Order: sequence, then C-alpha cells, then structure tokens
Amino acid sequence: MSLLQVNNVSLSFGGIRAIDGVSFSVEPGEVFTIVGPNGAGKSSLFNLISRFYHPAGGAIRFDGEDLLERKPHEVIDAGIARTFQNIELFDHATVLDNLLIGRHSRRQTRWFEDLLFLPRVRREERSHRRAVEEVIDFLELAAYRDRMIQGLPYGVRKVVEIAQALVSQPKLLLLDEPASGLSVEETENMAWWIEDMQKDLGLTIVMVEHDMGLVSQVSDRVLAIAEGRPLAEGSPAEIQAHPEVIRAWLGGVGE
Amino acid sequence: MKPRFRTSYDADIDRFQGRWHRAQYLLLIAVAVAAPWMLGAYYVGELSSVLVWSLAGLGLMLLVGHTGQVSLGHAAFMAIGAFTHLALMLRGWPFLPALIAATLASGISGALLALPILRLSGIYLAIATLALGILVEDLAIIAEPITGGVRGLVAPPIDMFGFTIDRYGTPIAFYYLCLSVVVLVTLAYANLLRSPTGRAFMAVRDSEISARALGVNITRTKTLAFALSCAITGLAGALYAHLAQAVNFESFLVIISIALLLQVIVGGLGSIHGAFFGAVVIVLLPQGIAIGRDLLADVGIRVAAYPGLDMAVFAVIIIVLMILEPRGLYGVWIRVRTWLELFPLYRKGMFKRARSYLKTERLK
Ligand SMILES: Nc1ncnc2c1ncn2[C@@H]1O[C@H](COP(=O)(O)OP(=O)(O)OP(=O)(O)O)[C@@H](O)[C@H]1O
Ligand SMILES: [Mg+2]
Repeated sequence: MSLLQVNNVSLSFGGIRAIDGVSFSVEPGEVFTIVGPNGAGKSSLFNLISRFYHPAGGAIRFDGEDLLERKPHEVIDAGIARTFQNIELFDHATVLDNLLIGRHSRRQTRWFEDLLFLPRVRREERSHRRAVEEVIDFLELAAYRDRMIQGLPYGVRKVVEIAQALVSQPKLLLLDEPASGLSVEETENMAWWIEDMQKDLGLTIVMVEHDMGLVSQVSDRVLAIAEGRPLAEGSPAEIQAHPEVIRAWLGGVGE
Repeated sequence: MKPRFRTSYDADIDRFQGRWHRAQYLLLIAVAVAAPWMLGAYYVGELSSVLVWSLAGLGLMLLVGHTGQVSLGHAAFMAIGAFTHLALMLRGWPFLPALIAATLASGISGALLALPILRLSGIYLAIATLALGILVEDLAIIAEPITGGVRGLVAPPIDMFGFTIDRYGTPIAFYYLCLSVVVLVTLAYANLLRSPTGRAFMAVRDSEISARALGVNITRTKTLAFALSCAITGLAGALYAHLAQAVNFESFLVIISIALLLQVIVGGLGSIHGAFFGAVVIVLLPQGIAIGRDLLADVGIRVAAYPGLDMAVFAVIIIVLMILEPRGLYGVWIRVRTWLELFPLYRKGMFKRARSYLKTERLK
C-alpha cells in the first residue's frame, strides 16, 4: 500500500488557482521528486501535506489515515518531517539546540516537570541527546555542534535543517529544494545524503528540486507539474524527454 | 568562547557548565547574602527594590525575550498580584498562602486573557496589552471591595515562622525574603530554558512556521508562556506591595509597564541576566543622576532638578545602547567577559555580527 496518497487536491489563493487537481502516490522507501517551473505550486503542495493550507478539494492520506484530520502541529506525530525552501532554522540558537528542538514531537515531560527539572526530565534529555548525536554522526555535523546558526555557511544550514527533521525519526521526509543555492560539490554531497537516508535509514523521501542532475541521480520517480496542473509522471529519463515537459520549461514560464 | 571538553551528555544538561561556573554563582549568592551587613538601611531597601524589579523583569523576559511576544501592559499583572495578595492578607490569610494565591491568580488571569489576545501579533498585540493595562488601572478604582478603591490598600507586616518581617522595621529580613524568592524563581526559569518547554518557547520566538512543523502547538505554548510570565510578574507585584508598604491604582500605571519593557530591552532580551541588569539600571539610575548632579555642583555647574530628567536620561541611554549594542547590557557584559578571557589575544572586529540571510518564503 502507498505510504502517501495525494488525491485530486486543489488550492486557491483569492482568485488564483495555485493547485488544480494534482494526484500522486508515494510508495514506502522510494525517492519521489516533484519538478516544475517557478510558481508551479510545488511548495504549496508541501504546505498542503504539512497542513499549513487546507485544500479546496481532494484528499490526502498517509499511512492509512486521513491526514486532513490532523492539525499542522500534529503532522509530525504521524511521521512526516520537512525542510523549507528558504531554511527556517532558529538563528539565535546553536546547531545542538536546533536539533534538540527537532525532538519536540517526542517529548514526554510536562511543563511543570520541566520547571522542577525532575529526574525524569534528565532521563528524557539524555535520550533526546542520544538521538540527536546519532543524526550528528550520520550527517557529519560534529564540527558545527556548538556553533550558532547565524554564522554558518549556507550549505551547512541546509544540512542542519535536514538533521533537524531527521531527529524526530520520521517515516516520510519532505525536502523543498535541498540543493538550491549549493555549490556543485555541496550538491554532490547532498545526493549522497539523500541516497544514504533512503538506503541506510529506510526513509521515504518526497523532494522538490530544480537541479535535474541531482533529480536523475537520486529519484525513483518524478512528477512534473506546471501552473498547478500535473503534466507527466515517470522515471527521471522519461520526464526529461517528455514533450509536454519540454514545452512547459521552454514556454517562458520557468527556469 | 573557550572550547569545552565534555565527557558525558550530562555536562550539557547540567545547570552549570563545570565547577568554575558553579563557583561563580555561589560566590554571587554569597555576596548577595553578605551585602546588607555592609550597607546602610537605605541601600538595603534599594537592593530589595532591585530584587523586586528583577523579578518583575524575569516575568516579562520570559514572554518578550524568550517567547517573542510583546506586552505593554504587564504592570496590570503586578496589580493583580499585589491586590490579590493584600486583599487576602487583610482578610486574615497568612503571608505565604496569600503569596502563592496571588501568584496563581495572576497566572490564571494571564492564561485566560492570553486566549483572545495572543491571536494577535506584533503591533496589534502591543496595542491590546496596552489597552489591558489601562483597563486594569480603572478596575483598580472600581473594584473597591478588593482594591480599596482610590485610597488603595496598606500592606500589613509579614508574620512568618515566628518572625515579623517589615520593610522598614527589619529591612535585612525583608531583603532576604526577596532574595529567596528571586533565587527560587531564577532556578525554575533556568530549568525551563534547558528543557523541552523552554526550547518550545524559543522556537515560537524564532520561527512559528518551523516550530509548528516540528510539532509545537503554538497556541498552547504562547498561552503557557503568558501564564508563567504573568505569574512571575504577579508574584513581584505582591512583594512590591510590601516594599512600597501601600498600593493603589497609581502604583501600576501604564508608564510602569513601559518602564518594565524598557528594563528588559536595556538589560538584553533573551537572557536571564538581562532582567537583573535592567533592574539595576531602572532602580539605581535616579540615584546615579542625583550623585552626578551633586558632583557637577561641586565643580560649580548647577543643573536644576527637572522633574522629567530621570526619564530623559534613561531614554538617551536606551537610544545610545540600542545603536551600539542591540543585545543590551547583557551583550556588553558578554563582550567584557570575552575580552578578559582572551585578554592578550583580543582582535578588533571580533564581535562583528555574522551576516544574516533574508527569509523570503513566508507563509500567510
Ligand atoms: N501565501 C500565498 N498567497 C498568495 N499566493 C500564493 C501564496 N503562496 C503561493 N502563492 C502562489 O501560488 C503559486 C504557487 O506557488 P509555490 O510557492 O507553490 O510555487 P513553487 O512551485 O514552489 O515555485 P518556486 O520554484 O519558485 O519555489 C504562485 O503563483 C504563488 O505566487
Ligand atoms: Mg517553492
């Protein structure tokens, strides 16, 4: 059974139809990529899955349950973590603190226990820290552990944001343009991380990405959309050769 | 900025980073305990005042500095704390239960008000809390059975564990009372900051979108922050009632709310230290100005005692400080400390703030 099923969703902002009847489903363990020109509605699709927006029509199911029943802050409890196109980290905190915040959905203690810092809080903190350190090792962030986000290079922030999503131990990871703004070398590293997350952690990944090199390298399947409507779905090679896709890209809307 | 070597996760979880760090704070407490024996009664009173305003500042710091929600009406919660406390004591409640009840009353009224108010943000939140402050000014007169109306209430002496504590009769005992409360609240505050609750507060402050995606219930978290903030400020209000000996509607005017906000900004938003630094400035500035005036008079320059001079000097300090060091006095302190630690190696430009990236993608 598919892990994520997006069924004929639509979304409008005022009069503008940002998404118009998009459907796709993602199988467990695959890397599924959504491509499309600027303004195609890719980030909006992610925001629908994150429940930041409510669709005007359609259904979203995850892991056998109706995702639309959940509030935005409950989505991560279902096992969906995400990154943002323009990095939404907590700038005034260290990498370590950012990752500890990423454990929020796993917290067990209540505020008054925290206030008194009961022994249970300490035990919990240790286990959060262990989970965080595993991810730090996995993504090789040890050198940046105590650094403030504010002073970090852009490429490192991208990785920290993925780490922040990973510490919640999700089933599905949504990556919004993980390679945008990265150098060629950093993009290659990003491809490694994505493959490792898929193979070693068994994660299912839905990604939005413009870099077709990266897309071809890591994606199992690709969905192309333009102006909120689906164009084509298939293997990376099929999509790149698809006449509709080529027309949309060259049609002056995108890239 | 010294590298820290850690052998277990507990080193980071612990309240103090290492023995030296703990020793510094023990020394600070020792100084605070010894201080009244070296000062005259007047200055002991000033120190108590610093402690009470620090406490009120801690309450506001939690909301503004750590959760990023502004309040221009926090004196209202000092009022709720003070009047509840005195009204209960005057009806025969012992000091401690009355103090706890006043704290709870302030916290609960904060939580109830938070629900409608915290839907707003930024300037709208500022205006709503300002309106609340003005409303409570009036309520303090109207609710005469509780607040004593225009005349207000007089604080009875405190009887506790067989001692009588009175701000003027036994200033040192009153100072120790304030000190104990402040130390306890500060410890709880520090606990909060190193636990999931405090991290959720800071997440809400820095990026609501990301916080929500990570599972933080924004409404609940803001409400909790507001409630805890109001509880602490209400507790400060109750102690303030004993410090001032009498309170009425004029004790908690909106100008006090504004001064309190300036206090935490000057002290340095987002740090516990900041609440204390700011309180020192607020309480001791009038003294400083008076002393400065005397010094000028000694060398032959006469400055008339203008009524608004304190506020004006305060305003100038804030403007200059905000231009030079937006992190407030806490930022200044960090610089000095780092400079001392690195002494011969200090380089110019070391504290240039890192370039920050613009966030363009905004939901809503
Ligand atoms: N909050 C909003 N209010 C109004 N219109 C919006 C909002 N968010 C997105 N849109 C519009 O919806 C359309 C899709 O935007 P979206 O951000 O999903 O595009 P995208 O495919 O992610 O583009 P890009 O490649 O530039 O990131 C655009 O026309 C955009 O202007
Ligand atoms: Mg986008």
